Amino acid sequence: MGKTLAEKIIAAHAQDVTDVSAGDLVTVRTDVVMANDITAPIAIESFNAMGVEEVYDSGSIMLVPSHFTPNKDIKSAEQARTLRQFADEQALCHRFRVGRSGIEHVILPERGLVLPGDLVVGGDSHTCTYGALGAFATGMGSTDIAFAMATGTTWLKVPETMRFVYHGQRQPWVGGKDMILRTIGEIGVDGALYRAMEFIGPAISALPMSDRLTMANMVIEAGSKCGFMPFDDVTREYVEARATRPYTAYFADDDAQYVSVHEFDLSEMEPQVACPYSPDNVQPISQVKPEQVDQVFIGSCTNGRLEDLAIVAGMLEQSGREFHPDVRVIIIPGSQAVYLDALRAGWLELFTLAGAAVSTSTCGPCLGGHMGVLAADEVCVSTSNRNFRGRMGHPDARVYLANPAVAAASGILGRVAHPDEL
Amino acid sequence: MKLEGKVWKYGDNIDTDVIIPARYLNTTDPVTLAAHCMEDADQSFAQNVQPGDIMVGGRNFGCGSSREHAPISIKGAGVSCIVAESFARIFFRNAVNIGLPILESPDAARDAQPGDTLSVDLVGGTITNQRTGQTYQASPYPPVVLGIINAGGLVPYTREILGIEITG
Ligand code: SF4
Repeated sequence: MGKTLAEKIIAAHAQDVTDVSAGDLVTVRTDVVMANDITAPIAIESFNAMGVEEVYDSGSIMLVPSHFTPNKDIKSAEQARTLRQFADEQALCHRFRVGRSGIEHVILPERGLVLPGDLVVGGDSHTCTYGALGAFATGMGSTDIAFAMATGTTWLKVPETMRFVYHGQRQPWVGGKDMILRTIGEIGVDGALYRAMEFIGPAISALPMSDRLTMANMVIEAGSKCGFMPFDDVTREYVEARATRPYTAYFADDDAQYVSVHEFDLSEMEPQVACPYSPDNVQPISQVKPEQVDQVFIGSCTNGRLEDLAIVAGMLEQSGREFHPDVRVIIIPGSQAVYLDALRAGWLELFTLAGAAVSTSTCGPCLGGHMGVLAADEVCVSTSNRNFRGRMGHPDARVYLANPAVAAASGILGRVAHPDEL
Repeated sequence: MKLEGKVWKYGDNIDTDVIIPARYLNTTDPVTLAAHCMEDADQSFAQNVQPGDIMVGGRNFGCGSSREHAPISIKGAGVSCIVAESFARIFFRNAVNIGLPILESPDAARDAQPGDTLSVDLVGGTITNQRTGQTYQASPYPPVVLGIINAGGLVPYTREILGIEITG
């Protein structure tokens, strides 16, 4: 019987067995172990409580402070210091200091630190982002991360896989964000619970890596363990420019078993918006009430890449317009590299002249941490991935999740808007 | 081990941002986290929860971020066990890892009403609703999960399998 991508990558990393099938419980080797400034402090506490002295491999552990950095208060400064001290004590090879870093899920792929065929565990639910490269990557909690830091292994249940096939030509203003929102809207926030999601079809082959990363980033919003894009020329080109170690491309067998297959036709699909208060409360933009907005946030590990900022810059340039005076527009490049590229392209100046606040890379407003927390009853259009109650600030604030073009149009017109309205 | 406690009942898709909002994640202290547990959904919870009380949820309990602060805040609030129709994957692992008992039983979760008292037998995996007298069987744990639970959490389990003695 054929194997899915999840089965193949897990089998290649399994201890004691060479063949695995969905439902098996296995212990696997990890290639990369990641944690951030929220999850690493507890992971380090647990690691110390385990009585382990040295991490399994100082080259494969990445502690990335990106949530409350540059630090927003004394406590978060102390948390970030905990990461640095641990990295020093354990002589970790990779360091991620403010000014030389960015959001974890933006920089790890960008720097070639995660590669196709890797098995990655991260103390962050959006670790699933790396599935865009053809890695098995999944989020875990801090104590699981401590175990992986100590042993270089973790246990997993091999997931069943759901297959998602995308046909047809993408319409203007439609990207990976719309494709994944539509998918989550269809299957619901627990529609892929404990399962893997495999994305294929002609529209996926035609999709640039930044959009693939956006899609894989949000599989957790359907409860999924991990998501995969097939390895192809787009992957090869992206990875070859970055990889500093060998990697393996895995391919699903033609006769692999899928629990379900879902087909989407993009030829009629408009930009999609997830309305408050759930990522599965998804409507095509034409059906969304053009509510007035107080804030627009363009950034995050979902849509904080150069390609996302390019869309916003293009809209400002072509329309010659500024952002609406009543809207606080906050634009945060996802990494130091994205920031520099956007700076050199002249976009940071363009954004600033248009009335946006442009910040150094941080998660910031995405999790209601700092740099744009919402007050009660405020409305925000955000390019991030979650609009739960209280996620971006006050529990009565209302967040619409959208792609960068919809966010920019909303920022210019002062209400939830279709980019064609400009 | 047998537990008994009063029910705090919540709905489907209770996410970790609701269980413990990010604005409190600049600490890992269980007491501080417990004081804000469920605050955005139910202000009365943190004030009125009694040691041993049982939290009951619907589908996909604990979805969202990977923050272990979520089960830590629930455990810190004195909750003895969570019963739900289903659990989000990361939350399930986190609860097991920190030694917070967690049982999946769609019927027990649906039938339980606020203020009911549940008795839970963790060894047999049974849940009894004292108001109705009905007993439910929870989904069994996979062997590795059982090993972690029996060791008292992932930290002692790791010490066991690596053969590390507790000192001090
Ligand atoms: S940008 Fe948002 S979703 Fe992404 S890692 Fe940061 S807080 Fe998490």
